[in-house]
Amino acid sequence: MGLLDYFRSSRPKGSASVAKERLQILVAHDRTQRGRPSYLPQLQQEILEVIRKYVEVDMNAVSVKYEQEDSHEVLELNIVLPDTAQGRI
Amino acid sequence: MARIIVITSGKGGVGKTTTSAALAMGLAQRGHRTVVIDFDVGLRNLDLIMGCERRVVYDFVNVINQEANLNQALIRDKRCDNLYVLPASQTRDKDALTKEGVGRVLEELAHGYDFIICDSPAGIEHGATMAMYYADDAIVVTNPEVSSVRDSDRMLGILSSKSRRAESNEEPIREFLLLTRYDPARVEKGEMLSVGDVQEILSLTLLGVIPESKSVLTASNSGVPVVLDRESDAGKAYADTVARYLGDDVPHRFLQVEKKGFLRRFFGG
Repeated sequence: MGLLDYFRSSRPKGSASVAKERLQILVAHDRTQRGRPSYLPQLQQEILEVIRKYVEVDMNAVSVKYEQEDSHEVLELNIVLPDTAQGRI
Repeated sequence: MARIIVITSGKGGVGKTTTSAALAMGLAQRGHRTVVIDFDVGLRNLDLIMGCERRVVYDFVNVINQEANLNQALIRDKRCDNLYVLPASQTRDKDALTKEGVGRVLEELAHGYDFIICDSPAGIEHGATMAMYYADDAIVVTNPEVSSVRDSDRMLGILSSKSRRAESNEEPIREFLLLTRYDPARVEKGEMLSVGDVQEILSLTLLGVIPESKSVLTASNSGVPVVLDRESDAGKAYADTVARYLGDDVPHRFLQVEKKGFLRRFFGG
């Protein structure tokens, strides 16, 4: 193998590059979660409960986004209502 | 006033205690009065790595609970006069470490020492948060491996939000990366994350790279901090790390595979 290795110019992509890609995605995701207030999951749950009193919506119909900018924080709520009024209870 | 350094990682088994012992010995040998504290209450090991396990009478928790004073609990290293070890308790649990108690002990030590090294337990629970709470500097020990890198990043988040410096809006803890168990041959083959990869992911100042070395086990077997093994790559790399921490401009070594001779390269092996 030593002789072959010597002449082979390009190596096959090793698992280290896979590890790096996976980590970059994971760490970026972890970091977005980091500065968030701890009440967010409960807030999301309670908002969902209130909406479900009136409209039949999916469990993941409410998304809560929290962004930190220099001087202020933005809390963005996005609620997807069903297409037709038939969703009403 | 002493500088407080926490040796942390999140993940276990990456080399926190080995690093704590090596750094403490390295700093002490360069003439700085140094004390190294084991925060792993219930699973004490620093005394073993330092080779003073049979000289433990009182421990950190005894001092916190005022059952013993600091001078009774501190163990002076037999190889270096500037170095003292404060062992953890083996019988209590981590809740014995209170924020006030730890603060009081560190305050008392700060007057007599140049460096206080806090050897953190693994995890992100009480013991680990107590070890890093009062830190001025943090050395994040990481292996070039996915779970260790991820845990280190998690630890960085905790350092920047739950420390005394963060809570009192002071200048943040200085954070350094120490990459351990590095194998340049595997990096070259693309089998292991390179030092550049890890730095890019964590964006930390690189303090040192410790190569994978048999001498680390040999050193722990005999209770001698590996930095005292001047012949070994790991010992040299730790000595470089200490020098770099103290501000010396030392180039990184052991990042490349040692070049083989032409014949060995040609025939493999």
